[in-house]
Amino acid sequence: MRRPILSTLLLSLAIIFFVGAGDDAHFKELGHRMMCVCGCNQILLECNHVGCRDSDRMRGELMTALERGDNDDLTLQGFVQKYGPTVVAAPINKGFNRVAWITPFVALGLGISFVVFVVRSWKNRPAPALADGISPLPTPESNSFRDQARKETEL
Amino acid sequence: MSPISSVGSFVLLLALALSGYSFLAGLVALLRPGSEGLGETSRRAGIAVFGAVALAAALLVTAAFQDDFSIAYILHHSNRELPIAYKFAVLWSGQEGSLLFWSLLLSAYGLVLRLRYRTDPKLFAHASVIIASVQVFFLLLLNFAAHPFAIVEGAIPPDGNGLNPLLQYPEMVIHPPMLYLGYVGFTIPFAFALAALVMRYPGEKWIQITRRWTMVTWGFLTVGIFLGAHWAYNVLGWGGYWGWDPVENASLMPWLTGTAFLHSVMMQEKRGMLKVWNMWLIFATFLLSIFGTFLTRSGVVSSVHAFAQSSIGTWFVVFMALTFAVCVFFFVMNRSHLKSEHKLESLVSRESSFLFNNLLLIVACFTVLWGTLFPILSEWVQGTKVTVGAPFFNRVNIPVALLLLLLTAVGPLLAWRNTSLDSLKRNFLWPAIGAVTVAVLMIAFGVRPWKDASYFYSLMTISLASLVAFTVASEFVRGGRVISSHTGQSLFAGIVQLGRRNTRRYGGYIVHFGVVLIVIGFAGGAFNQDQEKEMGFGDKMKLGPYTLICRSYTQDDNPNYGSESAIMDVEKDGRLIDTLYPERRVYHASNQPATMVANRSSFKEDLYLVYEGQNPDTGRPIIKAHLNPLVMWIWAGVWVMLIGTVLALIPNALPVRVAAAVRVEPVVVGAGD
Repeated sequence: MRRPILSTLLLSLAIIFFVGAGDDAHFKELGHRMMCVCGCNQILLECNHVGCRDSDRMRGELMTALERGDNDDLTLQGFVQKYGPTVVAAPINKGFNRVAWITPFVALGLGISFVVFVVRSWKNRPAPALADGISPLPTPESNSFRDQARKETEL
Repeated sequence: MSPISSVGSFVLLLALALSGYSFLAGLVALLRPGSEGLGETSRRAGIAVFGAVALAAALLVTAAFQDDFSIAYILHHSNRELPIAYKFAVLWSGQEGSLLFWSLLLSAYGLVLRLRYRTDPKLFAHASVIIASVQVFFLLLLNFAAHPFAIVEGAIPPDGNGLNPLLQYPEMVIHPPMLYLGYVGFTIPFAFALAALVMRYPGEKWIQITRRWTMVTWGFLTVGIFLGAHWAYNVLGWGGYWGWDPVENASLMPWLTGTAFLHSVMMQEKRGMLKVWNMWLIFATFLLSIFGTFLTRSGVVSSVHAFAQSSIGTWFVVFMALTFAVCVFFFVMNRSHLKSEHKLESLVSRESSFLFNNLLLIVACFTVLWGTLFPILSEWVQGTKVTVGAPFFNRVNIPVALLLLLLTAVGPLLAWRNTSLDSLKRNFLWPAIGAVTVAVLMIAFGVRPWKDASYFYSLMTISLASLVAFTVASEFVRGGRVISSHTGQSLFAGIVQLGRRNTRRYGGYIVHFGVVLIVIGFAGGAFNQDQEKEMGFGDKMKLGPYTLICRSYTQDDNPNYGSESAIMDVEKDGRLIDTLYPERRVYHASNQPATMVANRSSFKEDLYLVYEGQNPDTGRPIIKAHLNPLVMWIWAGVWVMLIGTVLALIPNALPVRVAAAVRVEPVVVGAGD
């Protein structure tokens, strides 16, 4: 009889502990996705101004929203409606703001494609023709610099 | 009118006249053959600019020491009780002083260049004219838009407003100079690159001449950026060191392009390739340096670095547009001169790795620029401003940084022209096994990458950083073995000889090792913990393995500031190990608060205490405690990077004489730089 009671008690404690930890982690995660509106330009949970009433109030509101069971989107939307779009620390992935997220990865993809294209076209092309004034054969001066570069960068 | 103000104003005008003359006379001398005499007067005028600007800067500092509050700049940035060290810092603590400091450093760099003109008089003459044109811009700003010697209108207050409290920290005495030495220094390689393009200068000599300038400049910028991070960590009191603030981003962008240039320039030196790319990289780096100053000074984006903002942005925009136009013009005119001398032979080669390395650095730079300017774009397109902060930059840049780290590991193992897969496998096997072992050990010690994205990134970062460290170590060991086998020296002596014989290559590897330490420090951020509590006498707070006990809290006052602090005992395993004193100051002159963080730092973790303030109802202090793992690795990594940079600047020692007549094949040691 004692073992089931003890097990139930331990299980309850574990649930309370883990659920509590989850709420705290969730609070921190969402709190790090918002800015303090006091003008300090800092993340909500990192604002450390003495007596900053904005961050204390906003933390309270965030906690209330989490206790109410609001999901992340709803919580963020609530803050956006109350404090404006600058309260979110990164653009929400909707509408034009999606461009902010996509562009860097598009740039990376295009860049990689470009480099692969350049490497392939360089591999296939004949030896380059040089501009006037540059000898296609190494000159004594260019040889000496190349030699120096080689000495500096190889054993 | 204050005598210092009068003399200072005159000296600034004189400096403008001298730099204007240096520019115009130099230009005429270059356009009219046989005007060597005129060219020489241009060079001497350029040298004299240094004297005039240095005198102006000395006068401004003297005014700070003399508490000459008739000068508006001194009134706004100093006060009578300001400690002596910070009186020097007054020079760069406001907009006008910062611009004067920019001008001073530029004139100092110009002085060195003009004294060394015999290296190549014609190339140096061209570069000197370009530097003079930049100098003219800054002196125009100083004389007509941001005058540091402007006088106060009306009655002169008895005391000044004081230096911004955030700047009253020892590192602030050296952080801005380091950063500015970096920003300004990129003017020199830019000037030589543009000069070489204008002249259709044959060969890569301009790169040889500017290589050390670029490395020194890059080193200063690196140190400046990390001193800023260290300052933010210890002064701003939010527990972090990098907030992706626009002004921080402004310093990172030229660093990224400068780093790309330092790598890709080797392809031009050794293979005569990427000439156009290198030219534009250094142009972009210079323009980004100016753009950084523009961001800091114009107030175009919101920033915590609101030390100095004004309407001088238009000047910078015009200057950047003009500079860009000049670069494009000469590029279009002389682009045929920049044709590559060799073709790429394989995708698996050192050349390709440099191309990809450059691509990733440029994408990282673009991402930072994009994120910094997106709020402006959003306001323009949608009519509403959005915030682009740390969550955006972290999410977008971490994948790019991981790819870059992978390339840092693989790149040095690749040979120039072509690398066989066999040799790659042979060189890569042990470092790869080492990196996988590190990953397995991290999982065994409780890191669960599948539970949280930050743990996943942390695991990936530390594993790839280990891969880089093992490849660097294997390069040293392989090379050291070759030397020791031919000279009979020990392996350690062989490694030392190796470093001395090829300072540039092995200095570079040490810089890579410094980067490894830094990124491991960054990865520690995934495991940060914090807690906040109101602490009365004897109250306890538990954080990680530490128990914090509030022994007392107190108040103090001195002529410069009033302060509140707590005395916190730190216990570990029931044993007192330290006492920390987190403090909050309020400076009398400006009535602004500043945090003095109490930090117990070790290679394992930082216990970082912040005095957040007092509960007005109870009068008890509110203490925020952070436990930040591995932060010290970042600062150690910067020292290692600095050592590597200095080593790479030292000329090579003569090759060691090998006792036996055995030919040493470079390919045996490694794949070449």
